[in-house]
Amino acid sequence: MHETAHAAHQAPTSFIRKHVFSLDHKVIGKQYYGLALVAVMVGMFLSWLMRIHLGWTNFAIPGLHLLSANGAPGNVMTPEYYLQLMTMHATIMVFFVLTTAPFAAFGNYFLPIQVGAEDMPFPRFNMMSFWVTLTAFIVLIASFFVSDGPTLGGWTQYAPLSAVGSVGGPGEGMGVVLWATSIAIFCMGQLLGSLNFITTTLDMRTKGMSMWRLPISSWGWFITSIMGLTAFAVLMPACILLILDHVAGTSFFVPSNLVINDQLQPHAGGSTLLWQHLFWFFGHPEVYIAIVPGMGIVSHVLVANMRRPMLSHRTLIYSFGALAVLSYMVYGHHMFVSGMNPVSSIVFSFPTLIITIPSTIVVLIWLGSLYGARLRINSASLFALGFISMFIAGGVSGFFLAQPSIDIMVHATYFVVGHFHMVMGVAAMFGIFAGTYFWFPKMYGRMMNETLGKVHFWFSFVGTYCIFMPFHYLGLAGNVRRYQAFVVDYMQPLIPLHRFITIAALVTGAAQLIFVFNLFYSRFKGAPAPANPWEATSLEWSTPSSPPPFDNFGGKLPVVYHDPYQYGVEGSTGDYVMQDSPEQIHSVRDEA
Amino acid sequence: MATTVHEPPKLESRPVNVGGSGNFRNMVPAGGLPRTKQQYAPPPASTGIWVALAAIGMTFAALTSALVVRKDGSNDWRHFTLPAILYLNTLILLASSVTLEVARKRVSSFMAAGRVGIANPARWLYLTLGLGFAFVAGQYLAWRQLSAQGLYLATNPSSSFFYVFTAAHALHLIGGLGGLVRVTAKLNTASLRRATLDATSRYWHFMDVLWVYLLLLLWMKL
Amino acid sequence: MAKFFAVTIIVIAILSAIPILRHTWWMAQDISTHGQAIDEQMSETMAEAGISFLAAQILLAVFIWMFSHSKPGDKIKNFPGGATTMVLGAFLLVGTEVLALGAFGAKAWAKIYFTPPAADALPVQVQAGQFAFYFRYPGPDGKFGPIHPNLVSEANQNFYGIDIDHDADAKDDIVTAEMAVPVNREIHLLMHSKDVGHSFFVPELRVQQDFVPGLDLSVHFTATKIGRYEIVCTQLCGLGHYNMKAYLSVLSQEDYDNWLKKQAALQ
Repeated sequence: MHETAHAAHQAPTSFIRKHVFSLDHKVIGKQYYGLALVAVMVGMFLSWLMRIHLGWTNFAIPGLHLLSANGAPGNVMTPEYYLQLMTMHATIMVFFVLTTAPFAAFGNYFLPIQVGAEDMPFPRFNMMSFWVTLTAFIVLIASFFVSDGPTLGGWTQYAPLSAVGSVGGPGEGMGVVLWATSIAIFCMGQLLGSLNFITTTLDMRTKGMSMWRLPISSWGWFITSIMGLTAFAVLMPACILLILDHVAGTSFFVPSNLVINDQLQPHAGGSTLLWQHLFWFFGHPEVYIAIVPGMGIVSHVLVANMRRPMLSHRTLIYSFGALAVLSYMVYGHHMFVSGMNPVSSIVFSFPTLIITIPSTIVVLIWLGSLYGARLRINSASLFALGFISMFIAGGVSGFFLAQPSIDIMVHATYFVVGHFHMVMGVAAMFGIFAGTYFWFPKMYGRMMNETLGKVHFWFSFVGTYCIFMPFHYLGLAGNVRRYQAFVVDYMQPLIPLHRFITIAALVTGAAQLIFVFNLFYSRFKGAPAPANPWEATSLEWSTPSSPPPFDNFGGKLPVVYHDPYQYGVEGSTGDYVMQDSPEQIHSVRDEA
Repeated sequence: MATTVHEPPKLESRPVNVGGSGNFRNMVPAGGLPRTKQQYAPPPASTGIWVALAAIGMTFAALTSALVVRKDGSNDWRHFTLPAILYLNTLILLASSVTLEVARKRVSSFMAAGRVGIANPARWLYLTLGLGFAFVAGQYLAWRQLSAQGLYLATNPSSSFFYVFTAAHALHLIGGLGGLVRVTAKLNTASLRRATLDATSRYWHFMDVLWVYLLLLLWMKL
Repeated sequence: MAKFFAVTIIVIAILSAIPILRHTWWMAQDISTHGQAIDEQMSETMAEAGISFLAAQILLAVFIWMFSHSKPGDKIKNFPGGATTMVLGAFLLVGTEVLALGAFGAKAWAKIYFTPPAADALPVQVQAGQFAFYFRYPGPDGKFGPIHPNLVSEANQNFYGIDIDHDADAKDDIVTAEMAVPVNREIHLLMHSKDVGHSFFVPELRVQQDFVPGLDLSVHFTATKIGRYEIVCTQLCGLGHYNMKAYLSVLSQEDYDNWLKKQAALQ
């Protein structure tokens, strides 16, 4: 008989053990959520500064010089400061929001409960993973405070700019070292997290919980953790090699004969493209790491609000798996015009086009499940449905970016920026919102305010379309990305559209404060929540209290008798049966 | 609870694969009570160590591809002879895997016999630890020999990769030493679980195999 | 609220499509010989993407409208054909569509990248460096003098690091800050980076290619329309990235010859 995690730790009593250095996966999940919340506020604030500057380049933003005297003399943002803010915006959002909230935050909180376990098998590694991630965040933010500021090379940190040191520009010395160190530390934290997620899913399921009986959200986290394992394990050595090029005089990524500021650089023989290959081998699975948990969460929220299981539970999960596998074969589509062999570009474009198929299947399963459903509209389901709309809108621009010949026209333009913001940024945010409105009652025993939730939704849905749909038009017109101002003749007529986008961004951003207010207000003053406010079926709604007790199920692990989504099935009138209910019903036979 | 449609209880209507561990079919055996996954799943430590080894493998795979690309991409690669002590270190590490396996078998019988009547196998663990430390010391000597020849981290891409690979391996190995220390301590306080011992041993053997792979790689390319 | 949501989705979808259909913001005119294949590919893709986008959003909206006001006693329905329809649809419709796009797109790509430059293509070298492009013409000898990185000096205006005293080929090289090419003549553009990564993009020419430090790449193209166009850098290269641009003049053969003579005199 193998010991379970139950033996590993008992209920804590001190404040520190309960709320700070906690081994409880629920506390760790909330800590990650808090980190992501802080990170998203910082990232969003940076985007406001960027957007104001893009619309009105010489505008003196009041107080900006307090943030950086060098970066904003007289409150007017310098070109380098724009790039530094942009790099930090992207790095913070991709790593500390999109990888952290849907995966580490909700996954840590709910995966053990959904599989019917008391905790994850390695609670100390789990606790470490949060503190390691937080350390990474602090190291990254520290780069704002070094004399030259943060790195300005974009979150992609292409060599040789990222590797030549401070001769490359402001922030390219210490800023890059801090960036690379932060990301290497982040990778460590994520690997510790993946370790726990995978072992929880495989080894900690309760009686009767087969893999196919896991909720879709659990599958989302499981598949993501496998991707994370392999992707982050590649980014980490890449960052270390980059640090060595900076501090140890090696030349992994810097070729010979570079002349900067009229000085011949000491490096020799390194490969610029090597960085791109290593980075994008990580980078492409990373964007799926950012979106698959959201797909899992949205599916889970939708099912409860449609009062019927997915059209095909297994097909959906197989599609998630196909996305994960294919995500490793497509990374070269970021490098179509990079100077790699043009044959490679054609080779990479085919899996990129083929990945459309599982993406389409996922969307069609969602749509097909809506057919004949008994849809309930609330904040959670609105954001889940909004996710579908946003994923479609962001996804179709992929048709263009998957083809090298078209990429010639849209590479490095706002078309790409629009694509990834919609399909990954906004969609994943909607997934986080859907999860928050849905699971808040279980986490805090209170309901979030529905009116505020709906207001938040409407501003977010319409607002993000107003912001990011025009990015595609800008890109088609040749608006190059990562420009701090538009001095190119042919881009002048595009400035009014930029100003429209800026206004939309500021309004939509302000509306997010409604959500933050709702979070904190409801935490203390929200209406008390019933045990199962959504009449949902998965195990998290079977815990004896909200929030669940320390060991999740009050000492008695549930026994699972049913597939996860026994809502009204064809011909029935919407009864539901919880997974751990011994009542027998006519079970849905999954045909896939 | 909701009302239900009436039908005789049907736990499972498909033939189920009953035996074995770690399979992912529906775990409700025909005619039997559902077993806890935890009752016949591999212990989490076992799955966990495979997960960790997969990640470590990917890291070294990434470094391998970096080496190949860097070497083939330019003409500044200078070959050098690997310090001979590396081969001795390899033998030491292989020996440590042997002693660890001996330790593992003896610990099993020791624990099964209730810790009496059989010589305490801790000495085999100490031997493994000693060999492990000797390996690390030997690697350090290899570094000294190389720098005596004027080959440092940044001297040449070939030497850069030598140091990066050996340092990365040594760091992971030191982690393995920590695991072995922990196992030894637990053995001595009678709190050692089979799963912990097996997982730690698997990690150690992987470090061994990884080192042999690295030696081959460095010997071929450097 | 569900019905309002459904209507909003459809309105947003249609409003999004309008600027595309009307080409309100669109690609610059095509002045290249290889661009037609790209533009056709773009139109094909736009049609397919557009139809997919509109169909999916409308379906979403319609289903939200239809299935959000259930009454007690309404039965759950399955989509006709179930998931099998969806999977088959995805594979057959989307799969063939994307593979067709891929195949035709590969042809357009091959035309650009798998055909060598013509033997009589005019060689022009472009060097990208923080934060300007400089161009070099080989002069009457048709050869470029070697680049000496240790002689590169912005201060002395020796952008290419050429040594006219010791390299015979370099003596007649013409280095300019603007690029000019004769119309309807194939150009073989040799690309060299002085420092970090940059990129060469001229939307009208339908050319975009990164410079890779340490790797000397080239592209070839033919401009078909006289005019003045902008070359912009599209690979983040530092604080001056936004300002890194140069003008490309496509001139008649006569005007080009005059221009080149004038530039030679300024060396």
